[in-house]
Amino acid sequence: MIHSLFLINHAGDIFLEKHWKSVISRSVCDYFFEAKEKAVEPENVPPVLQTPHHYLISIYRDKLFFLSVVQTEVPPLFVIEFLHRVADTIQVLINDNVVTVYELLEEMLDNGFPLATESNVLKEMIRPPTILRSVVNTLTGSSNVGDKLPTGTTVFAEIQGVIEASVRLTGMPDLSMTFMNPSLLDDVSFHPCVRFKRWESERALSFIPPDGNFTLMNYHVSSQNLVTIPVYVKQNICFFETGPCGRLDITIGPKQTMGKTVEALMVTIHMPKAVLSANLTATQGNYTYDLATKVLVWDIGKLNPQKLPNLRGSLSLQSGAPKPEDNPSLNIDLKIQQVAISGLKVSRLEMNGEKYKPFKGVKYLTKAGNFQVRT
Amino acid sequence: MSTIALYNDQGGAEAAVEAGRRTPPVPAELPLDSSALTLKNLKEMLESNKESLKLEAMKRVVGLISKGKNASELFPAVVKNVASKNIELKKLVYVYLVRYAEEQQDLALLSISTFQRALKDPNQFIRGSALRVLSSIRVPIIVPIMMLAIKEAAADLSPYVRKTSAHAIQKLYSLDPDQKEQLIEVIEKLLKDKSTLVAGSVVMSFEEVCPDRIDLIHKNYRKLCNLLVDVEEWGQVVIISMLTRYARTQFTSPWKEGATFDENHDKAFYDSDSEEKKDQTEAKPYIMDPDHRLLLRNTKPLLQSRNTAVVMCVAQLYWHLAPTQEVNIVTKSLVRLLRSHREVQYIVLQNIATMSIQRKLEILTNLANEANISTILREFQTYVKSQDKAFAAATIQAIGRCATNITDVTDTCLSGLVLLLSNRDETVVAESVVVIKKLLQTQPTQHSEIIKHMAKLFDNITVSMARASILWLMGEYCDRVPKIAPDVLRKMAKTFTAEEDIVKLQTVNLAAKLYLTNSKQTKLLTQYILNLGKYDQSYDIRDRTRFIRQLIVPNEKSGALNKYARRILLAPKPAPVLESSFKDRDRFQLGTLSHSLNTKAAGYQELSDWPAVAPDQSVRNVEVIEPSGSESEEESSEESEKTSSDSGKSSSGSEKSSSESESEPKKKKKTKKAPQKKSKPPAAFSDSDENGNGPVAQASSSSAESSSGSETDSEDSDPPATPQKKKKDVKSKPKAEVKSKVEVSLLDLVDFSPAPTNAPKSSVFSSSLLSDLEGLSLSNISSTIQVTTPSFGPVKTYELLHHMTGKGLSAKYHFPRQPCLYEPSMVAVQVILTNSSDHSLEEIHIGERSPAGLNIHCFNTIERLEPEASVTVSMGIDFSDSTQAANFQLCTKEDQFSVSIQPAVGELLMPSSMTEQDYSKEQGKLLGMNETSATITMATANTSRLAISKQVLSVCNVGEVPSSQNSVHRFAGRTVSSGALVLVCLELKESSTALLTINTEKSVMASMLLRDLKQPLVQA
Repeated sequence: MIHSLFLINHAGDIFLEKHWKSVISRSVCDYFFEAKEKAVEPENVPPVLQTPHHYLISIYRDKLFFLSVVQTEVPPLFVIEFLHRVADTIQVLINDNVVTVYELLEEMLDNGFPLATESNVLKEMIRPPTILRSVVNTLTGSSNVGDKLPTGTTVFAEIQGVIEASVRLTGMPDLSMTFMNPSLLDDVSFHPCVRFKRWESERALSFIPPDGNFTLMNYHVSSQNLVTIPVYVKQNICFFETGPCGRLDITIGPKQTMGKTVEALMVTIHMPKAVLSANLTATQGNYTYDLATKVLVWDIGKLNPQKLPNLRGSLSLQSGAPKPEDNPSLNIDLKIQQVAISGLKVSRLEMNGEKYKPFKGVKYLTKAGNFQVRT
Repeated sequence: MSTIALYNDQGGAEAAVEAGRRTPPVPAELPLDSSALTLKNLKEMLESNKESLKLEAMKRVVGLISKGKNASELFPAVVKNVASKNIELKKLVYVYLVRYAEEQQDLALLSISTFQRALKDPNQFIRGSALRVLSSIRVPIIVPIMMLAIKEAAADLSPYVRKTSAHAIQKLYSLDPDQKEQLIEVIEKLLKDKSTLVAGSVVMSFEEVCPDRIDLIHKNYRKLCNLLVDVEEWGQVVIISMLTRYARTQFTSPWKEGATFDENHDKAFYDSDSEEKKDQTEAKPYIMDPDHRLLLRNTKPLLQSRNTAVVMCVAQLYWHLAPTQEVNIVTKSLVRLLRSHREVQYIVLQNIATMSIQRKLEILTNLANEANISTILREFQTYVKSQDKAFAAATIQAIGRCATNITDVTDTCLSGLVLLLSNRDETVVAESVVVIKKLLQTQPTQHSEIIKHMAKLFDNITVSMARASILWLMGEYCDRVPKIAPDVLRKMAKTFTAEEDIVKLQTVNLAAKLYLTNSKQTKLLTQYILNLGKYDQSYDIRDRTRFIRQLIVPNEKSGALNKYARRILLAPKPAPVLESSFKDRDRFQLGTLSHSLNTKAAGYQELSDWPAVAPDQSVRNVEVIEPSGSESEEESSEESEKTSSDSGKSSSGSEKSSSESESEPKKKKKTKKAPQKKSKPPAAFSDSDENGNGPVAQASSSSAESSSGSETDSEDSDPPATPQKKKKDVKSKPKAEVKSKVEVSLLDLVDFSPAPTNAPKSSVFSSSLLSDLEGLSLSNISSTIQVTTPSFGPVKTYELLHHMTGKGLSAKYHFPRQPCLYEPSMVAVQVILTNSSDHSLEEIHIGERSPAGLNIHCFNTIERLEPEASVTVSMGIDFSDSTQAANFQLCTKEDQFSVSIQPAVGELLMPSSMTEQDYSKEQGKLLGMNETSATITMATANTSRLAISKQVLSVCNVGEVPSSQNSVHRFAGRTVSSGALVLVCLELKESSTALLTINTEKSVMASMLLRDLKQPLVQA
């Protein structure tokens, strides 16, 4: 299966290599660098490459390439999925130590076949688990809310949610979680500990949890269920036919936030190439304009319904360049605590199989996934 | 330790040095700027007495390894620490060993004894990791030790250790492929394991070592299906891929024409099995094998897995195995995958693309149908506005594909594209024109408006491809736009000289077409253009002009061709097919690397076509007694190599109890109390009950019982080296010749290892053990160990009893070519009994037999056989290596029918596997009288290796021996009853002659076999 793994940083340096079978020279990565060169953007490197003697399967995460070498037929998704798990694990556990990463990799694969990929299990191998008698279940509904046309209609909106659990219970507790409105869920995928049959028959999540933090379930709420969009955007961006300048005016206001505050509000705009600089004033928060990437970021923070944040000012264009054809889209990022915009609610969480009384809690959170306002 | 940022590390050496600077214990006088000295320094640290210093040093050493730096010179210093009590240090040393053992083989051997001791550790994780490291040390000399360790671990109490042994099988196989046969035995044993932890890994080994031994799967098929949901995710992927392949060889196609599919199956998804069975008994043109359904049913929930590889794997399984109507259930899950990481999307889209092309867009139309096409189109409109023009162009092509694929929206797409014609960007317009051209060609009716619109835009379009396309469209549909076309031509005549070549060519075309349809208006214009073309700089255009002129302008020279000008130029053109580049990928199994690359990757296993007739279903039946019987048989043969001391015995007991304990770790203790239960497989698997208790099964279960008292504790207290020595002694007996060489090295090693070897315990055998041993030696004589189950040739079925003579009872038989379960000297025969009468037959059994001493293992009496029903039973016959027919009576309650089974000589053999060297050695012993040979003329179709082995295997049940020469094909087998070696050798000579040689002491068999073999090889 997986023969070797190379970790390569953004600059193209191999900073870690691990072999599960015989050692493969790192020169095999040259084929990858060639492809990377060709692709220009790191995101565009083909995940599967063929070289005369090996196959290279790679992922790009957090400015790192995880490049695996395989020699025989193997489902590519198998490798990709595994590499993402590696990326997750390294992220969760390691900040500073290559040796630990190396040791971890040793534990994760045996002869190229995954042995232990649960970060909980791996943690156990590194240090003994802490025993805390508490359960914290976090329900996060992060929405991939939609796009608006100039008229204000929603082009497309959907919600992708995830239930993350943090379990610290001794023994073999058998938990079951039910929802007030499971019919909302359009499509779900589960952590392996969840019993499929119980879900099919009674729409309840029944499971014996692993220790620690893990993703219990991913769900999808389709666009058929009306997705409410929490904020509205009034924007006016225009470039003048005469003279190398343009104007920008953006106001954001709350729409349906169910009485909760919108936090971590941020607007990102990819400006046309011709825009040289921006001279703007924000009533709230800060803005930055990156000249190299042509990205305008307006970090607003909390949304105050009494005093709506506004960003306005002028844009200067490269002289002589043709006027940009289309206005750029606005990408909006936001968070709302204590509410899941999908409306999904946990009804109850019960524990069987152990005698003690657990501490239970649930936290809801809405996050904008990919919220684009078209202009 | 150091806080060097992970992502910014660039040079390994500097990092190590820097780390060194920060650690206080480093001697101060050490120069820090050279990595060579750092190595020296590390060596000093490793040789110090302080644990902390050693640990620090090891961390840095591993740091060097992880950066790809060479740290091999520290090997002697590192390997000394292998026996360290500090777990953390030990782990790092393991990591180091695995990396460098191959380079420093002699030194690596120093560590072996430590691992051997660790293999006996009470902690399962230490046992597991010891085996992991031991098997990762790629040193050929320790192959025998690895083999022993694997066999022992395969019987370990802990499923974790058994899983590790499954991985070790693959490692050993890649180190020494000659161990294949022994490894297959271990695989066979592990396949029977009921632990979910083991299943995935052992199937992985199966796929790597012996993917063609599909016969090993039969008995485990249902168990694997049932375990699947609980197997860890990575194992699921491997198992599902394997089962996909398996199913394609065992079941008939559910896609057949007119196959009515029972919708109830889908609904019965979570219903009880009884309902399912009811469905099956109804007569249908196509009835899905219940095992086929089982697979589909048990994989479906996995579509909900969080692991994208699992979901994809189930999707491909449905794609390749499910009835067409059911494939759609994977859609939603695949769409979910598309929200995952970019790399996942890449792979999934490739697969969806293949799916959608092959089955007429069932899936794509699910994604893009009338309802959402407008959404998609609007989305596309945004993309078209994108600043990346190449992307915009690609989008337009996609719109074009949508338009052709979904007829209802063609008009919408077309008008959308026409709108794009007025786009400011040239590339967008050009691309639109090209796509419109293609679209109009597919649907040329009443689109004159669009053509007119395009004509109007013509002046503003400068991209030559687009201009050429418009001109072509004009010409093609000039009868629909009779007024505009000449005008366009007139404009073109004006600018002809300034145009690009491609436009000029189309202008000439247009002119010619107009001349033919509307010569009155355009005659002069055409002549003018042709004249311009005549003197053009490009020879292409001059050529074309000359050709067109000859074609359309009548003169004395141009003959018959002229008449056909109209037909030639205005022939209706076939519409182009707009399709993506994923067309021919369907030859690969979906989800595979080969599919992704669109080339065959190393180790790719072809997915076979559905068989026309399903192979015998009964092979998957797990008989009530069979698993325990064969297990114990195998166990006992295993024991022959392993035990004569208590330790072996206790491990046999522990292995049995493990099968239960792994599913419920808590119940470990209980299992001891109920040792008898274990021999029974769960009721779910027991579908038939044809077999009586084999004597072997009983014997061994009793031995297990008696030993169960001693359990695990005794294992731990045993001195580590003892069992190994024992094993060696016993093992060397049956295989002395083959093994002698390796044995020597093994001996050396044990002597070499500094570990204190305790003297073997006094060899007092308990009576049960002795009986075990007897059983063992018996199976060794019949050489079941070396006998492999054959590769599957075509199964010939013979008639045993015709239904006319049998008063409605008919019987057929075939030789399944599997080792007989009842007695090793018997040939297994499967008999299919069918009741063709209109009343049920009762008490079908075997009566008198002749010759009198004939040893037959009868099937159990069949109490009742309903009309039209049939049943497959298996029996064993000892033919004593002769082709003399076995005569017996097949009795029902009322009648008796004399029948006889006459075996072909080839069926009296069992395949035997050996290396080429062993083969020539054995052959050397069987010369002279024992050799029979003939020169034959081969049919040309038979000269490939594949064809030869197919033909030979169809005649006789032998195993192929790997051959280093291309022209020589060797096969080896043993006679079933006496175990005499039969060697078949076919040497290809010039001009399609070949020398066929058979070496065996059974000269009668040899001549018969020679005759039988000649026939298929000489024919076609």
